[in-house]
Amino acid sequence: MTRTIGIDGIDDLARGAAVFGAGGGGDPYIGALLAKQAIARHGAVEVVPLRSLPDDACVVTVAMMGAPTVMVEKLPSLDEVVGPLTAMSTYLGRPVTHIACAEVGGVNSTIPIAAAAALGLPLVDADGMGRAFPELQMVLPTLYGIDASPLAFSDEKGNVGVLQTVDNSWTERIARVAAVEMGCSIMISGFPMTGAQAREALVDGSLQQCIDVGAGIREARASKVDAVGRAVELLGGRELFAGKVVDVERATTTGFARGSARIEGEGTLTVRFQNEHLVADLDGDVLATTPDLIIVLDHDSGEPITTEGLRYGQRVRVIASPADPRWHTAEGLAMVGPGYFGYDLPARRFDGTISEAAR
Amino acid sequence: MHIGIDVGGTNTDAVLMDGTTTLVGVKHSTTPDVTSGIVQAIEALRAQHGFEGEQIQAVMIGTTHFINALVQAKRLAPTAALRLGLPATRALPPLVDWPEALVEALEARAYLAHGGYEFDGRPISPLDPEELREHARDMKAHGIRSVAISSVFSPVNPDLEVQAAEILAEELGDSVAISLSHDIGRIGLLERENATIINAALRELAGEIVDGLTAAVRAHGIDAPIFLSQNDGTLMDEDFVRRYPVATFASGPTNSMRGAAVTSGLATCAVIDVGGTTADIGLLIGGFPRETANEVKVAGIRTNFRMPDVLSIGIGGGSIVDLETGEVGPESVGYRLTTEALVFGGSTLTATDVAVAAGRAQVGDPSKVAHLDPAFVERVLDRIAERVAEAVDRMRTSPDPIPVVVVGGGSVLLPDELPIFGAVHRPENYAVANAIGASIAQVGGEVDKVTAVEPGKRDEAIAAVKQEAVEKAVAAGARPESVAIVDFDEVPIPYLPGNATRLRVKAVGDLEMGAR
Repeated sequence: MTRTIGIDGIDDLARGAAVFGAGGGGDPYIGALLAKQAIARHGAVEVVPLRSLPDDACVVTVAMMGAPTVMVEKLPSLDEVVGPLTAMSTYLGRPVTHIACAEVGGVNSTIPIAAAAALGLPLVDADGMGRAFPELQMVLPTLYGIDASPLAFSDEKGNVGVLQTVDNSWTERIARVAAVEMGCSIMISGFPMTGAQAREALVDGSLQQCIDVGAGIREARASKVDAVGRAVELLGGRELFAGKVVDVERATTTGFARGSARIEGEGTLTVRFQNEHLVADLDGDVLATTPDLIIVLDHDSGEPITTEGLRYGQRVRVIASPADPRWHTAEGLAMVGPGYFGYDLPARRFDGTISEAAR
Repeated sequence: MHIGIDVGGTNTDAVLMDGTTTLVGVKHSTTPDVTSGIVQAIEALRAQHGFEGEQIQAVMIGTTHFINALVQAKRLAPTAALRLGLPATRALPPLVDWPEALVEALEARAYLAHGGYEFDGRPISPLDPEELREHARDMKAHGIRSVAISSVFSPVNPDLEVQAAEILAEELGDSVAISLSHDIGRIGLLERENATIINAALRELAGEIVDGLTAAVRAHGIDAPIFLSQNDGTLMDEDFVRRYPVATFASGPTNSMRGAAVTSGLATCAVIDVGGTTADIGLLIGGFPRETANEVKVAGIRTNFRMPDVLSIGIGGGSIVDLETGEVGPESVGYRLTTEALVFGGSTLTATDVAVAAGRAQVGDPSKVAHLDPAFVERVLDRIAERVAEAVDRMRTSPDPIPVVVVGGGSVLLPDELPIFGAVHRPENYAVANAIGASIAQVGGEVDKVTAVEPGKRDEAIAAVKQEAVEKAVAAGARPESVAIVDFDEVPIPYLPGNATRLRVKAVGDLEMGAR
């Protein structure tokens, strides 16, 4: 059974993507507008369930790499999403059959929709993380030994490159340099997988879950039901804390949006972030950490708030929701656990328990 | 002496000021042609406090005329939007996401051309003069009378917008006005471009309005310079208004807030304006409204104007009160208050009825609310005070105490002591507060740019940007010794190399009166 995503579904998807962005991903407006424009021009996008992929399918991820701040100024042309796909097909010697999202957080949940519309390819209802993370190699396929390379990338001028690297961290390092040289807003396509590999390595149904959460918040608000509660229910998570933002500190020395927010309610909750929220502690007791999702929502409307949008006086509720269980393996935690981001803490799950592999 | 005038949608207020003292204030209905309303207002001032034309050193006018023209889609010039940035940006051309009706009202046409810069100032592609001339000829053929030019990363380097404007002017002649995006907005191409297109569409109207205002003032033998209020409450001269009418858009709420504050003798305070349907809460810091950090929609168009940050909550004099729960609003009887509220013989329990029952307001027939349980009345009013106080707390930027000024017809709903904040100020001269707000004689300069801050050179970079803002303020007419930095913001940009940082500085000084 196939479904389609039309213009009507994009706003819900973008809201859901901001929830799964767990503080990262930036303003979803441009990504949503791009997807809508591409659908208006090329027609609705076919979405296929992960399990329906044939073994010999050729699936690649599509994403924007660079700085979200640049993308709101140097808008994409969408020609640059075609370049990497064509290069990928040439390099692989066979046509790409399906597109997948690398992450369901932020703008990279809507860019693949624009790409699928422009290329006339089906989109898989799945993604590589089940959330957002800041670096390219931080996807579940890496845990399955699937290479990011060949990784094709393109700018709006028509420059195209294909990287073949020794491991996925090298792909990130070299692609990041190229991204800066090409103007800090490029389209990338990588992680070529067979249908069989994709069925194993991707997070199943995450695109639809994103739309469901976005729609759930909207509908709860419209029918005056608790929108945050609805989000918690849909995510299978837990509400950690409710309170008022009393302080937001941002470091000014690194290339990442690093910092922390203090939220006062019954005690003081501190949320530490580096693009995404990483650690939430209540008066020193850690409640949850990456890789589970720590999400800040407006107290009443349930609208997700990004780290850039946090400011004094906001009434917010902080919720945690489970990441894909594979992130809680020893290999998963080594890549995206608290230790990787410089916190000497065992990974703590959304429900407060210590992650199995970290004990 | 100087004169402050506020032309609102309903009323035209005017005040005659001597320094910061209000000599006399008048209130009139706004006339359809604006000009005659101003003529009448000045006549009324003169009738109450005689003055000679040459005694007036300046006339400050706040008007909602331009934003109303946009909202009503009236008197907008046929406008072209030209964007420099190819081959980038093609997926989202100018006017994308605009309401169809406004695109039609502008007879708007969108053009894409080569040009634009990368984030670090490298060119995306060179300008193609022949391409621009061809676009210009097409604009001419379609009767375009005003052009908005935007260019990718023009806030980092504006020179391509300037060059493109020169080329277009050669083809189009002097009668076509050209607006450049770097003069109008900040980073965020679509939002800045939208604001520039709106500005372009209003340029013809701006010329007519300024001519009309000038004629009205000169007719009274007043030869002093005329200024208009900008979004932040600082002033701009006639010539500036002709070029940037869009800068007047938020002057209404700004003048109201500034007027309320100055009549209370405060510069930093929260202002609560309680109307019939909502309570609007804004913050003044050092006499200037705290501005929104996010995008603002104007007439359905997403822009990044600096607008005063106003939080509206659904509590007003006409708000409907739930008899069961005691909750107030957001539904309101609005302008039907005088027929639907209990005290006016209606059948709906409104917030005004509760205020009358508590003895806080004397309107209508109090006997119609005598049956209300005093405990219920107290609970409703406590809840209103609590919610308003929470909203003010949401607006302030730090836990430091801040004085609160309460104005508006619905302000009877609020007690004299507000939870968290304590005693509130209720200014007396509030009827003409907008005009008093307009008459505050300050001018400013603002700089907003992305800069690569080299290690160890942060202080230098900041000092340079501050100096630039000060020079802009002086160029706008501020007395140099009075100029101070009133706003400074530094935001590092993630994922960009070289510590790219967005610096925003606003400098403001007192207007040099009597000088031009």
